[in-house]
Amino acid sequence: MVSIRSISSDPGSLSPNDLPWIIEHREDRCTLCGKCAAVCPVNTLKLTYMRKRMPKIVLSSTERGSSYKTFVGIRQNTDVGRRCIGCGSCAMVCPNEAIHPTHNKTDRYRFQNTKGGEAPKRGGRRNEPGPTLLDKISFNRISMLTDPALDAGRHEFSMNTLLGRVLPPEEFIRRQTTGEWIPPVREIFPFIIGSMSFGALSPNMWLGLLQGVAYCNEVLGIPVVMATGEGGCPPWVLKSPFLKYIILQIASGYFGWDEIIRAIPEMQCDPAAIEIKYGQGAKPGDGGLLMWYKVSKLIARLRGVPEGVDLPSPPVHQTLYSIEESVMKMIQTMSMAFNFKVPVYPKISGSNSAKSVLNNLVRNPYAGALMIDGIDGGTGAAYNVSMDATGHPIASNLRECYLDLCAQGKQNEIPLFAAGGVGKNGNITQNGMALIMLGASGVHMGKFIMQSAAGCLGNEQNRCNVCNLGICPKGITSQNPKIYRRLDPDRVAERVAETFMSIQTEMKKVMAPLGRSQSLPIGMSDALGIGDKDAAERLNIRYVC
Amino acid sequence: MCRLAMKTANKPFSPFSVLTAMEAMQEGYDGSGLGLLLRGLEFTDYKYNQEDPVLSGIAHTEAALSRLHAIMNERGFVLKYDHEFDTDMSKIEAKDRHKYVLRVFKKPEAWNSLTKEQTEHEMMLTRLALRADGEANNGDLTAFSLWPDVAMIKEVGWPLGVGEALGLESGRIKSRVCMAQGRQNTNWGINLYACHPFFIEGIATMTNGENTAFLPIKDWLSGKGFPGYIGYQSDSEVFAHILHYVTNQLKLPLQAYKHVITPLKNSELSAHPQGDFLRGLRDVCRRLIIDGPNAVIGTLADETTILVMDAKKMRPATVGGKPGEWAIASEMCGVDAMIPDRDRSKDFQPMREHTIIIPPDRQEIEIWSQFDQFPLTQAA
Repeated sequence: MVSIRSISSDPGSLSPNDLPWIIEHREDRCTLCGKCAAVCPVNTLKLTYMRKRMPKIVLSSTERGSSYKTFVGIRQNTDVGRRCIGCGSCAMVCPNEAIHPTHNKTDRYRFQNTKGGEAPKRGGRRNEPGPTLLDKISFNRISMLTDPALDAGRHEFSMNTLLGRVLPPEEFIRRQTTGEWIPPVREIFPFIIGSMSFGALSPNMWLGLLQGVAYCNEVLGIPVVMATGEGGCPPWVLKSPFLKYIILQIASGYFGWDEIIRAIPEMQCDPAAIEIKYGQGAKPGDGGLLMWYKVSKLIARLRGVPEGVDLPSPPVHQTLYSIEESVMKMIQTMSMAFNFKVPVYPKISGSNSAKSVLNNLVRNPYAGALMIDGIDGGTGAAYNVSMDATGHPIASNLRECYLDLCAQGKQNEIPLFAAGGVGKNGNITQNGMALIMLGASGVHMGKFIMQSAAGCLGNEQNRCNVCNLGICPKGITSQNPKIYRRLDPDRVAERVAETFMSIQTEMKKVMAPLGRSQSLPIGMSDALGIGDKDAAERLNIRYVC
Repeated sequence: MCRLAMKTANKPFSPFSVLTAMEAMQEGYDGSGLGLLLRGLEFTDYKYNQEDPVLSGIAHTEAALSRLHAIMNERGFVLKYDHEFDTDMSKIEAKDRHKYVLRVFKKPEAWNSLTKEQTEHEMMLTRLALRADGEANNGDLTAFSLWPDVAMIKEVGWPLGVGEALGLESGRIKSRVCMAQGRQNTNWGINLYACHPFFIEGIATMTNGENTAFLPIKDWLSGKGFPGYIGYQSDSEVFAHILHYVTNQLKLPLQAYKHVITPLKNSELSAHPQGDFLRGLRDVCRRLIIDGPNAVIGTLADETTILVMDAKKMRPATVGGKPGEWAIASEMCGVDAMIPDRDRSKDFQPMREHTIIIPPDRQEIEIWSQFDQFPLTQAA
């Protein structure tokens, strides 16, 4: 049977109402400047002249029945690849507030985003709106009468944490006596800028973050460190005194490590630490992925690859034969490369098997920490199904690892770092302190710092989420100079400093009522409560209602 | 709030004199109980050999007392002296006190081949066995201490009233050191084990104030797997265990205690002659950092006394006295009551960096500051 061509009935055809974001345009306010169409990162907008009929009743036979009027309207592209992503750039540039995207909860796009047989991919986040479990935790042990509350504004607070293998006290004293090697330990701020690669982030974003981190350390006295993702570090940074604020990551593609190894003899200082990535919360079991759009000349040079090719890292390290083989040897090798003066630790995805990894590390005297990245972690690029459904929430995973260490009396020896959705609804300090009191020595934050320091537009409603395509409307995750020059590194640096100053104040506001100021309250779970009995039982904290 | 009084003197004195000091400080506490620790014992009815272990506790039933007897016999202890208190049970609130145990034993012969450390460990294990036996029988047996030259009493009630109920005013027991604390742990529910002072292998501490960092410290100590690091019915028990850990397990000088519980800041450590070692010590003992507000008074097996404050010094304590006789109390009036004829101008209230040490000869007090050179072991 022949289909009726005049009605769009193609299985994949979508109308604007089927899209996840629908553009609303008010002709009465539009100045026809065209900025919205120019700025749209996906070219979904088309300002166009349209014609409409103005019907009227005419009794005279010499006149036409209707007249026609032309007007300026918006056409929204319904092509899957050029759908509106809801970034709101159009609203940002519109001088008259004549245009903005609205979220459509009943879209049909989700069934059609597999054109060409490509499984859907995106950057960004898991897209699970609403309060997280961490958001629901409150701090309940308040000092009032049995012990006086502290003054967050007046008392001195010690809020730093340790990154690196800490010896048992007996062993520390023994090694002091015999002059043996004592593992390197860094004293750092417990909120860490999580691994985002030079490749995922634009040069301006990276520079802004680094400037901000340096300012926090050198001017504000907040020892913030930031982690690179896989993909190395610009040579000038490797040879600069700022390297001490950077955790270098090595992952299964080993991208960027030629440059790093070559730079070692010229390094002015040691890096803060080395992170060996075995897994990532957003896409467990998947390697890193830098899509071809973002492999610019600079990135290609840093990574030692041709321009414009997809750069997927393998899911596992080539050396992986067993956990002992991979983890132990890699940790030792990396320790040796930096003369046993730099903490080396693995990063894994949140998983039911995290405890097994942890117990291996306990027996490895060179392991400096364990970083666990939960299912709510972000990424520059991943398949939707990985991001949405694969992984383990961080809270219970971290908690069971911490309690396992407690049972062995090793909780001070291997610091646990947690990540994955920390601050995803903006409650960065509350989320981070909850994880710290559940047993984390510190937390990594990626999405939050992009939102806070650079104005990332992403949210949990699948807004924007095109970090993978190199078209970031804010210039945060693009390698195209025309786009990333929108981002002023100095302003990013300023926001980084403001963010950490605010976190520091909020930490005091959490710690002071708990009567804590002398040390970070790691594992102080008696201060925590949650209004969910099952979660309370699982996390071994107090149920409050 | 807890009220603390400690007196140490070359000449043994009656614990009742310390109880009167508690009475002087009565405004500050709820009078819910008494904890007493005596060292350097002297009995009027018995010539005590200072090497013999003394068991302190309470048998709440006849059956518990006979089990206690059996356990001690089984381990080879030989009873040398059983102190009978002149008790007036009508003055005791609790109704299930069958017998206050204060018994001197001869050590088991089998221990003759053990080292001093092994012997001390065995004494602790015996105390823990008695405690476990009591706990397995609805708490009918409470064991506070088993140690040479140490006696302990813990009871619910007004301190002076408890002292009178046990006939302490008669002076049949005297000691060179007396630690007294005037409160049961009413914050958490009354449990005799929760009452200060806390004792472990010759070391005892008592504290005023809440320990806000209790849980992480407890978790860490519990994880050490040392049999004596149990209990924690009170958040203050960890202070005794940390002191034990620092001096007995790490074998560091007494001054290290202050560096462990309230380490110096980075800026202070960088100016300290042993800053590197102390920074390392701070890192490895990070879970033992206290947050106060606390004043900790401790005594050691050799009758040394220490007093330290938390880093914010939010609890008071005063030391005063004269050569041969010193007192520490949470209130000045407590010191006045214990040693009225001293030069008050030489009383001292330690600041956050101080450790007060009264050595066993009691000639003068040592005011040691954390900023001073640390008496280094070979290790540092």
